[in-house]
Amino acid sequence: MANGRKIRILVAKPGLDGHDRGARVVARAFRDAGFEVIYTGCHQTPEQIVSTALQEDVDLIGLSILSGAHRYSFPRIMELLRENNAADIAVVGGGIFPLEDIPMLKECGIKEIFEPGAKLGDIIEWVGKNISAHGDAAPLSS
Amino acid sequence: MGKQNLSESALDRIEKEHAEWLEEYRKAQKKVPERLSRFSTVSDLEVKQLYTPLDIRDKDFSEEIGFPGKYPYTRGVQSTMYRARHWTMRMFAGLGNADDTNQRFHYLISHGETGLSTAFDFPTLMGYDTCSPLARGECGKCGVAIDTLEDMGRLFANINLEEVTTSMTINPPASVMWAMYIANAEKQGYSRKKLGGTIQNDCLKEFIAQKTLMLPPVPSLRLVTDTVEFGTREVPRWNTISISGYHIREAGATAVQELAFTIHDGITYVEEAMKRGLKVDDFACRLSFFWNSHIDFFEEIAKMRASRRIWARLMKERFGAKDPRSMLMRFHTQTAGCSLTAQEPYNNVVRTTMEGLAAVLGGTQSLHTNSLDEVYMIPSEQAALIALRTQQIIAEETGVTNVIDPLGGSYFIEALTDKMEEEAMAYIRKIDELGGMVAAIERDYPQMEIADAAFHFQRQIEAGEKTVIGVNKYVSERPDLEFVLKIDDEIERNQIERTERFKQNRDKAGFQKAMDALRRRCEGAACWENNVMPALVDAVRAGATEQECCDLYREVFGTYTDPGTF
Repeated sequence: MANGRKIRILVAKPGLDGHDRGARVVARAFRDAGFEVIYTGCHQTPEQIVSTALQEDVDLIGLSILSGAHRYSFPRIMELLRENNAADIAVVGGGIFPLEDIPMLKECGIKEIFEPGAKLGDIIEWVGKNISAHGDAAPLSS
Repeated sequence: MGKQNLSESALDRIEKEHAEWLEEYRKAQKKVPERLSRFSTVSDLEVKQLYTPLDIRDKDFSEEIGFPGKYPYTRGVQSTMYRARHWTMRMFAGLGNADDTNQRFHYLISHGETGLSTAFDFPTLMGYDTCSPLARGECGKCGVAIDTLEDMGRLFANINLEEVTTSMTINPPASVMWAMYIANAEKQGYSRKKLGGTIQNDCLKEFIAQKTLMLPPVPSLRLVTDTVEFGTREVPRWNTISISGYHIREAGATAVQELAFTIHDGITYVEEAMKRGLKVDDFACRLSFFWNSHIDFFEEIAKMRASRRIWARLMKERFGAKDPRSMLMRFHTQTAGCSLTAQEPYNNVVRTTMEGLAAVLGGTQSLHTNSLDEVYMIPSEQAALIALRTQQIIAEETGVTNVIDPLGGSYFIEALTDKMEEEAMAYIRKIDELGGMVAAIERDYPQMEIADAAFHFQRQIEAGEKTVIGVNKYVSERPDLEFVLKIDDEIERNQIERTERFKQNRDKAGFQKAMDALRRRCEGAACWENNVMPALVDAVRAGATEQECCDLYREVFGTYTDPGTF
């Protein structure tokens, strides 16, 4: 990160789910780890999430969901990213998923699923290893 | 003399012996050090190694502990407590469509459950019908989908609504769901005067924690006050608000924060109803509360005992209530979902048993015990039965219900109860200074206090300062439980078709007339003549769906979106 820009992460809550404890804890841990974090708040449609990700030029989207609606929203977000030529933005998911849904989520392009009990340290380490800031270093001041 | 009737000489002797004992303890510690550098509750409230009469030397038994059913109700809201009647066993249930949930209700009742509790799916909780594009993928997943009066009828089919009390966990659209419940009950021939139950209807904690959001705080409070006013006049056995700490705690709050924020929400509802012109003793007896019972056994018992004392004192001293019933904090309890683990899920039965026991020793009026699979999904029938049986075993086998408030008088429990009251009151004063709960919410104050506590707890887990078996100690993999419930995606298509058909079949003119009447009331100044409830009952009878009523609310009152702070 020394000569590049910081990794930018969008933490997002798709669907009508209000369980935001995990998303807010992870967002804060990302910020403390030195990443730039944008948090959408609850109740975002896939369209809103992708639009924010594009506007904010993020490197990673972290989706948090505990409602069971991931079977709709996750594939839809991946589809919208492809349609917008933004498939280079990595997407990971955290929350509660039936074990049988995990292969389907990976197949649609979700890079990693963090299940209940995942440690902040492990999530941050995963980001460090797998994600790099794209584009040129942003100037510090003009 | 100390207030506990211990003479000065007796206290002096205890003090001296305590000092001697402490010295021995410290010597022993040098040989075998304490296991932890600091001992604290799950909320990180530090506790000492031993409590003695010295910790409660200034306590006045009659003023602070007293008798069950007597002010300040520390020991329970009824004089007889569980010797006369057990708490209501009220399992939170809702899955798929109305028929699936009705079947679950009958299953639970046939296995000894004594009250109903309805879990709605997210679209219903947020005021959207299943046909809304915002509802895709959500139908029936976290509860039952209810769009219309017809759904409500199927939900409660073959249940005697004058005999069973029903709780409905619904907040911004609570008035609409309640109108559907009343309209359905009256259609079945029941009298609204005899209906008993609860709507959660606690909009303030939605901004603070649960996040089913619809309208801004001020109009939300107007609708809550409409329901309180309507209940007082028309549905006298109904609890019109269940002022809830549960979700505040699940969002990461400490026990003290849960207590303080919830009670301040309660203060706000009382103030609003009084501003409407209601007399405190006419409505306060229908306010109920809802606590979380977390894994720290004694902390929870102390919290519940303190909650009764705080509320009784506030109602008497702050609001001038005269009727003892206005001072009673009657509450439901749910064991802590957030304490359950996906790893080794059978251990959740043990956690839930401890938490259920704490709720009983804390004097709860009704209880939901979580199912072992609730960490993955809404409960399967098998797991829900174990959870119900857990309550029945506590109630009927263990003997803990034979004596009222059996932990009353414990040096530790009394000292911890005092501590809970003292710290909660400090928060309550702080929120008063901020200008009340609405102002505090607008400043993000309770939200950020909870976020700090949640983050602190997660850090403690990762540092090994707090233990969760299977997660950060004796670490285990998540197994594939064979009986986890699956909600078929087909349910969504069927529900959309049913609601569309229902809308096509209604009398269009009658529907429009009823909606216009509802709009006039919403647009009018808040008062009995403009109370939304009578118009809502008419509107749902005329075929208005949940979303149509809520869309009207959104149009008239505006919307509120999560600010997304962290």
